[in-house]
Amino acid sequence: MSTPNKPVKTTGRPVRALAILAVLVIGLLATALIQGATSVRLGLDLRGGTSVTLQPRASNDSNKITSEAIDQAVSIIRQRVNSLGVAESEVTAQGSGTNRQIVISVPGDSGRRVVDLVGQTAELRFRQVLAETSALTANDTTTAATPASGVTPAINAKFAALNCADPASRQGTGADAPTDTIVACSRSGTTKYILGPAEVLGRQVSKATAGIDQQGASGWYVLLTFNGEGTKAFGSITARVTTLASPQNQVAIVLDGLVVSAPSIREAIPSGNAQITGSFTQTQAQDLANVLKYGALPLAFDRGEVQQVSPTLGSDQLHAGILAGALGLALVLLFSLLYYRALGLVTVGSLAIAGTILYLLFLVLGKSIGFTLTLAGIAGAIVSIGITADSFIVFFERIRDEAREGRSLRSAVESGWLRARHTIIVADTVSILAAVLLYFFAVGGVRGFAFTLGLTTFIDLLIVFIFTKPIVTVIAKWNFFASGHPLSGFSEKSIGRKHSSTPLEA
Amino acid sequence: MAKISGLGGRLYSGETSFNIVENRKRWYSVSALFILAAIAALVIQGLHLGIEFKGGASYTVTQPTATVAQARSAVAGLGITGEVIVQKIGTTKVRVQTGAVTPAQSQAIESALTTTFGVSAESIDTQLVGPSWGKEITRKALYGLFAFLLAVMLFLAMAFEPKMAIAAIVAVVHDVLITVGIYALVGFDVTPATVIGFLTILGYSLYDTVVVFDKVRENTKSVAANSKMTYSQAANLAVNQTLVRSANTSLIALLPVASILFVGAGLLGAGTLKDLSLALFIGLAVGTYSSVFIAPPFLAQLREKEPVMQALAKRVAARGGAAPVAATQEVRPTTGSGPRNQPKRKGRK
Repeated sequence: MSTPNKPVKTTGRPVRALAILAVLVIGLLATALIQGATSVRLGLDLRGGTSVTLQPRASNDSNKITSEAIDQAVSIIRQRVNSLGVAESEVTAQGSGTNRQIVISVPGDSGRRVVDLVGQTAELRFRQVLAETSALTANDTTTAATPASGVTPAINAKFAALNCADPASRQGTGADAPTDTIVACSRSGTTKYILGPAEVLGRQVSKATAGIDQQGASGWYVLLTFNGEGTKAFGSITARVTTLASPQNQVAIVLDGLVVSAPSIREAIPSGNAQITGSFTQTQAQDLANVLKYGALPLAFDRGEVQQVSPTLGSDQLHAGILAGALGLALVLLFSLLYYRALGLVTVGSLAIAGTILYLLFLVLGKSIGFTLTLAGIAGAIVSIGITADSFIVFFERIRDEAREGRSLRSAVESGWLRARHTIIVADTVSILAAVLLYFFAVGGVRGFAFTLGLTTFIDLLIVFIFTKPIVTVIAKWNFFASGHPLSGFSEKSIGRKHSSTPLEA
Repeated sequence: MAKISGLGGRLYSGETSFNIVENRKRWYSVSALFILAAIAALVIQGLHLGIEFKGGASYTVTQPTATVAQARSAVAGLGITGEVIVQKIGTTKVRVQTGAVTPAQSQAIESALTTTFGVSAESIDTQLVGPSWGKEITRKALYGLFAFLLAVMLFLAMAFEPKMAIAAIVAVVHDVLITVGIYALVGFDVTPATVIGFLTILGYSLYDTVVVFDKVRENTKSVAANSKMTYSQAANLAVNQTLVRSANTSLIALLPVASILFVGAGLLGAGTLKDLSLALFIGLAVGTYSSVFIAPPFLAQLREKEPVMQALAKRVAARGGAAPVAATQEVRPTTGSGPRNQPKRKGRK
């Protein structure tokens, strides 16, 4: 145990620590202002919306769940969701490596459609182009006047009515039966097509890679290899269409009912190896190769969870969360003031600053990493009020312990801090450890909770070091505290000190 | 208030002392009883799992005049197999829960509810959970649990000493077992939010234990050299010295959790807030108990087996146990009725 009255040097400089804190808060505030973040991004459970969690499942032996496959699936699903045109929709992969789920969140009422749209594992299909027009408006049928055989008047009418400028037409229905003649828009919406029945399927593609012509003659291209079945089918469609006039010499690559690419066939390709050239950029070539390689979605998905929260429930939950937070905070503050008297004001100040930093971080992180506050996140923040206040109690009680050993208040603060510091660091490390592991091993709400819990524990550590301790060092010099005033929280009565012969004054 | 602070001083000096470490058999039996009851409840009754774990669908209609009977008859003719649970939540909501449904069935249920209650489909809060989803989140939660226990054990072994790490983990396992047991016994719904609560208890319980162990470590650092008291006596003094701290930190931690529970259960009726805070509330209470009554005695028991500590115990006994701190004598505060009631009394302030 410690030797009483061993001289203890003041650790750290309180003014410098407080200056660092001021710089930190002002810096955060400035960042938030520069970013233009004025409100915390709320999760769907607080403002209403639909979220769908998809669990990847290998659809057969040849396509295992790989990290790339999940990334690819995320970008395909993102395209589908974006085509809905709902602002602030989000598609993210949560978890790590191959052990990830895909979470799709769409705010507001329109979320319902998302559920039907996503996760459809539509197949990649090769279809002959029967007619093509770049006209965007409906009823413009000028260039689609004389389609090839097999196009019924009904199809022609549908084609005429198809308006590719309407985002709804570019949703990718996936409802294209392989044996039907269909009408379809290009992905970009600039061209519309009448397409024959599917002749080659995505699963008949064995390999697709993007490459660049070193001579620079044709730029980026996509190399395509078919399996046995595919070689035969692709050979026959190319042999048939290559002699026809444009646009019927084109073969459209169709995904989700949308034309990804419609290259014209220069010659019959019986070898099963084809090269698609065009004025591709690197990204376009790689995207096309990915689409060809993975078909629609590289993985099959189980619909893990679908949650729809109405805006009413959302705002109810938000209000309940705020109310619970205010109540919890009030109780903690009340307890601190009753038990620690004036010293409790340090707790009040520390919590106020912790709260300010947390709010500013919510703003900044919302803009920079897309952090959204969910109900579970609010719960995490409220729970952390307790953890944060715990650190102050550990510190204050340590100071009292040291005072009981007969130290003056100023020296008790310093030696108490040295001991409390160790306890607080170890205890907070355990909390942060818990938060980090929760974050990585969980999905959805749990992650929101873990994130705020970890963040607030970190803020707690920060506050104890650069606010609470320096402030206590400063006030320990004030006569009100040093003389053990009955309301200071350091009175002999409240400490229960035995050696009252030692004066409290330093 | 001052009287309680005064108690802190008396506990610190050893003037007032509770024989927590020495009476370990008493605490062990109490805990053993609870754990046996917990295991029995788990085996016999099992946990009442929410649809997130079983797979299924849940529809909540907000309509003040809606009745359970109306909702039941609306869903009755739809050919939904399995059990359909209809509950009134709060005063304005009715919730229908079914087993796994196909998307078509789900739409049928929604349209039946919209026509029956005259609400729009968008205002129905729905949740659909695939049958394999529960297995997935259970698996993840278990991985998380084991990774956490391992990481904490290593960390505490480095920050403190290996035996403290073992004692801390024993206390944590104790807390989780009893909390889960209470859930099985009472039949509270277990949802993912509950699981978050369970996992958070781990961190909390350890926080309290760390505070106590830090003092134990300090008090026992040179215990063998001083020959004044045995390891158990020194540990007991540490527990007594940190009693006020433990009571305060636990109370402060409970206050916000209690307000979430109060608001979550009172205002929203059901959902994340209630499930999370209920698990936390129970776990925190159990965690406080174990950090005082289970972890330190268990640690002392482990350490007393060491030859150095046994030799120390002999030396102290030879001196007639005249330790400066009367850890072997029980000095009770005049109003107190016994050691077991003490922490409670303070918690009420």
